[in-house]
Amino acid sequence: MTHLAAGPVIIPNYGQGSSCVTGNHTFCWGWVHDHWGDTLQPALVQHIVLTVIAVGIGFALAFALALLAHRLRRVEHPIGIAAALLYTMPSLALFQVLVPFTGLTRTTVEIPLVAYTLVILFPNIVAGLRSAPDEVLEAARGMGLTRRQLLWRVELPLAVPAIVGGLRIAVVSTIAIATIASFVIEQGLGYPIFYAVKLPTPFKTEIYSAGILAIALALASDALLVGLRRLLVPWARKGLA
Amino acid sequence: MTLADSANLHTFVDAANFIGDHPGFLATKALEQLELSGAAIGIALLVALPLGVALGHFHRGSGLAIGASIVGRGLPSLVLIAAFLTLLGIGFVNNMVALAVLATGPILTNSFDSVDRVDKDAVEAARGMGMTHAQILRRVELPLAVPLLFTGIRVASVTVVATAPIAAIAGGGGLGDIIVNQASYQLSGVIGASLCVMLLSAGVFVALLAVQIGVTPRPLRRTRVLESTTGGELL
Repeated sequence: MTHLAAGPVIIPNYGQGSSCVTGNHTFCWGWVHDHWGDTLQPALVQHIVLTVIAVGIGFALAFALALLAHRLRRVEHPIGIAAALLYTMPSLALFQVLVPFTGLTRTTVEIPLVAYTLVILFPNIVAGLRSAPDEVLEAARGMGLTRRQLLWRVELPLAVPAIVGGLRIAVVSTIAIATIASFVIEQGLGYPIFYAVKLPTPFKTEIYSAGILAIALALASDALLVGLRRLLVPWARKGLA
Repeated sequence: MTLADSANLHTFVDAANFIGDHPGFLATKALEQLELSGAAIGIALLVALPLGVALGHFHRGSGLAIGASIVGRGLPSLVLIAAFLTLLGIGFVNNMVALAVLATGPILTNSFDSVDRVDKDAVEAARGMGMTHAQILRRVELPLAVPLLFTGIRVASVTVVATAPIAAIAGGGGLGDIIVNQASYQLSGVIGASLCVMLLSAGVFVALLAVQIGVTPRPLRRTRVLESTTGGELL
């Protein structure tokens, strides 16, 4: 097996290590400082790019499908069950199965990532569109709004909290799943972790620093979306939507 | 068109042959993966289920339950597995703990939510009839909570089984061993094992959905279980 074996500490393959690095101590600030530019920062940027592409495309598709399901209620449950089954598919396996088609590329990673965001966003957007109370819809119809106006002026604004709620889950999960991309491409915050784990002795500082960055990215993105919701729907302060 | 490229189809034919040639080996690996997953889910159940149900019954600690769900989604499995590898060393235990942490989120959140949300009037009525806390929990709250509660267990289990292949990089064994070792098993082995992993996850999903329908009180079946597959599980 190519696996790591517990044994004497072997110097990670990073330049001239300090005693902290060669001794594989719990956390070496010096290493983080020295390798921010060539390892951590690029990985962080790649991770953000992977996430933004996945959530962007996923949101566009989910929005279109949700509008369709909003019109044709019959398609909701079939789409929902297909989505739930899709969500059970392990990311690692999906990536590998796509490799013969799209190679060791970003596309291979983005297809499953988009699919997962779809699974999360679709039900949330549908639920959001349905959340308009009947009286409100009645009143809007009474005012002579067309179906299109009803959607854009009444149903969508009322759906914003649910949509942002879905986005929060989608973004946080995508950031988490994107770490697995490192099994097929050398990109994202998963890669330094993947690399450090496969060293003869797992290099702690690299694992912890990239891991903390991934978690921090998730928390920061979530906070950003909460801020966005406050901006868009200041009246819906309470509740987690 | 790349999709129709015969080389791609060959890869899958080779993968199918790999599966056909090594059924025993793949079954052993699949069992290994189920063993690891089962142990992780077992631990998560022992810890999270009583805690969630108790908190839900007393309507306390919603912050903890919500926090658990956020942690469950936001903690990348790779980070968990790598971190526990550095703390506990290579092998079964580190992966079991990492996967158990992963499973705790949905189980804790849903067991809390499901009991917390039970119709207040029903609980009031039961109390008026002189039921004790234990009786209310057993006869009123838990039966009504089952669909949502079991959804949490199902989601956690599927997540763990689906994540277990990643544990192979930390000595977790299972089908992941084949997926991360293309040097030994070639692309056909990697794809073959990946297909097996997908089948295994789908199988666990379907099996647990069947169990869920079975344990859900009859009148709640149609609406609640269907709901749980289409968005209800997403908190």
